[in-house]
Amino acid sequence: MRVVEVQSLGEVEYSRGLDLQSHLVVCRRNAEVPDQLLLLEHPHVITQGTGSHPEHLLLSAEELEGRGIQLHPAGRGGDVTYHGPGQLVGYPILDLKPHRKDLHRYLRDLEEVIILTLAHFGLEGVREEGRTGVWCQGGKVAAMGVRVSSGWITSHGFALNVAPDLTYFETIVPCGIRDRKVTSMAALLAGAPVWEEVTDAVVSAFGTVFEARMERTEGSVTRPKTRGECLPGNPGNGPSSPAGS
Amino acid sequence: MSRVEVPMPQMGESIAEGTVSKWLKQVGDTVERDEPILEISTDKVDAEIPSPSAGTLVEVAVQEGETVEVGTIVAYIDTEGGAAAAQSTAPEETAPKQQEASAETPEETPKAEPAEAPAAAEQKGASPDAESAEDRLRQRSTPVVRKIAQEHGVDLTAVEGTGHAGRVTKQDILGYIDGGGTPEAKSAPPSPAPAPKTPSAPSASPAKAPSAPPADFWKTFYGGVEHPEFPVREGDSVEPMDKIRRLTAEHMVVAKRVASHVHSFIEIDFTGVDRIRAANKQRWAEQGAKVSYTTFVVWACSRLLREHPTLNSTVSGNNIITRGSVNVGMAVDLDPGLIVPVIHQTDELSLVGIGKRMVDLAERARSRKLGPAEIQGATFSITNPGVLGTLVGMPIIPKGTSAILGTGAIEKKVVVVSDPETGGDSMAIRKRSLFSLGYDHRLVDGADAARFLADLKALLQDFPEDA
Repeated sequence: MRVVEVQSLGEVEYSRGLDLQSHLVVCRRNAEVPDQLLLLEHPHVITQGTGSHPEHLLLSAEELEGRGIQLHPAGRGGDVTYHGPGQLVGYPILDLKPHRKDLHRYLRDLEEVIILTLAHFGLEGVREEGRTGVWCQGGKVAAMGVRVSSGWITSHGFALNVAPDLTYFETIVPCGIRDRKVTSMAALLAGAPVWEEVTDAVVSAFGTVFEARMERTEGSVTRPKTRGECLPGNPGNGPSSPAGS
Repeated sequence: MSRVEVPMPQMGESIAEGTVSKWLKQVGDTVERDEPILEISTDKVDAEIPSPSAGTLVEVAVQEGETVEVGTIVAYIDTEGGAAAAQSTAPEETAPKQQEASAETPEETPKAEPAEAPAAAEQKGASPDAESAEDRLRQRSTPVVRKIAQEHGVDLTAVEGTGHAGRVTKQDILGYIDGGGTPEAKSAPPSPAPAPKTPSAPSASPAKAPSAPPADFWKTFYGGVEHPEFPVREGDSVEPMDKIRRLTAEHMVVAKRVASHVHSFIEIDFTGVDRIRAANKQRWAEQGAKVSYTTFVVWACSRLLREHPTLNSTVSGNNIITRGSVNVGMAVDLDPGLIVPVIHQTDELSLVGIGKRMVDLAERARSRKLGPAEIQGATFSITNPGVLGTLVGMPIIPKGTSAILGTGAIEKKVVVVSDPETGGDSMAIRKRSLFSLGYDHRLVDGADAARFLADLKALLQDFPEDA
């Protein structure tokens, strides 16, 4: 059975999250670490995937800055999206070889993780044909965008709206979808769920969907001090920098 | 000497195309094997495409922002520096049509461009950078056509193009495949030279691709199959072969032409395996795994192939390719029909893992739900005629591999056993099976095969408890 290390990192700056992922992708490719699931929150940030349409950003860079929102290219597929406190971000760093080399299946699996998580709270999450993500009572409760690096190593992942301030989504057209609203578990449950209960449910669902044993660690592998241990073996062959930068 | 194609990879069963979002390497850059050379994006997913080999990126065939189908060649990597590029076009230029139109020169000439110039000029609508032979060749067909050709293992240069400037159209390729995949060369005997039409093209320059008839002969011999026809008698029924049957028929004929088949046999005692099966049956059932006799055989072969690399290799031209991974193909009876799903990296799976994988692949094979990658890349094959009671078979070695194991029926037999302590002989009832190993005698010597079979016997008869 595959092992997935779970690391709960708390609040992480978006750019540091990217660095961490790049680093772990290299380590994973070199088989220096097992599969990883990073769970974290970002400070207010709007990220633009490689499929971004500038018109889906409704405020100017100055206006965003005035509201304390960063703007960042993301290096993942998908359009523009928002991350912020109260949103559970999951970055699985998985080796999809040899039996899961199917990107659509991977997206469907991530959706399944969210659907099982929602079910734990009595909510029915659904998929919508042609619209990656998980929807609940007509609103989008989780967004996805993934990247697969050389060697079938994944990064980026999903963002589950646990209890974010939904007004921040009004600054963008999330994922380029205009006619649908964004929702959160707090809105659906009429009250914010306990954060740890959500992360526990996600971890458990992840283990079920990916047939993995989930092992929580204290996150030592991801600390920058270990960078030197993993990187020298592969100079110049690391994952590319975030697209668009 | 080789120019390696980089196709748009299959990134998922339901993913038919991808958009090139960014070139990470430019023409002229050197690349390492597995180093990312471009990024593609599909809905919600970005993916890096690694280089299939080390070398120099010599051509970018798809620009940023373009969307192409899976299988379309997006770039070419030259694995041995500049000079090789031109040379490698030579084999592709052996299309019979072109040979007839040119002076015959028996020796290979590395420079193909001059002869290509007139053809390229014909192509008025083509993009202005259509200078190289490869470009021109590629423009002779659309991605759809190339994909069909790839799926059916058809060399496009062997197909006559009726489209603009000799392009191979979809109708051409489909007609070609329906026609049994025989190159038009059937009109020209594959033996000595077709009369060279020398005077007509004196200026066609000495720079023409090799067109010596022997090369063409082998290409035809190994590439295409024309099944002989027989008279239909009254009361017979005649229907066309379906796709699987047609591909199987062609593969079997060609595979047997290519490899120099030899078979060796050994008898294996399954008493030990039986004991392990009985002891673990309940535990495996709880894990939802079905561990058949064949699972043990697949496990054992996958462990031994690393120690017997010639059986996990293939002859390719004048080279030997030793495969870097052990991917065991398992023949599955579809009744009617046959398909060989592949257990990739078999040697990294446990016994139970292999069992689960085999059940999954066999089920999906029968419901026709296997992805393309799941029937490709076998490095060694196993077929089990014994499941239907057959004593043993002499299987054909699949193309591109050097060996196949056939497992016969496992039956109770009276055998002579020796007491390890007293040395006294007695008769006992044991479960035994005959195994046959088909191997390509070009590459695998009889002793290699014998050593493999002896090791396989030893491993199966003293099977490790912790597999």
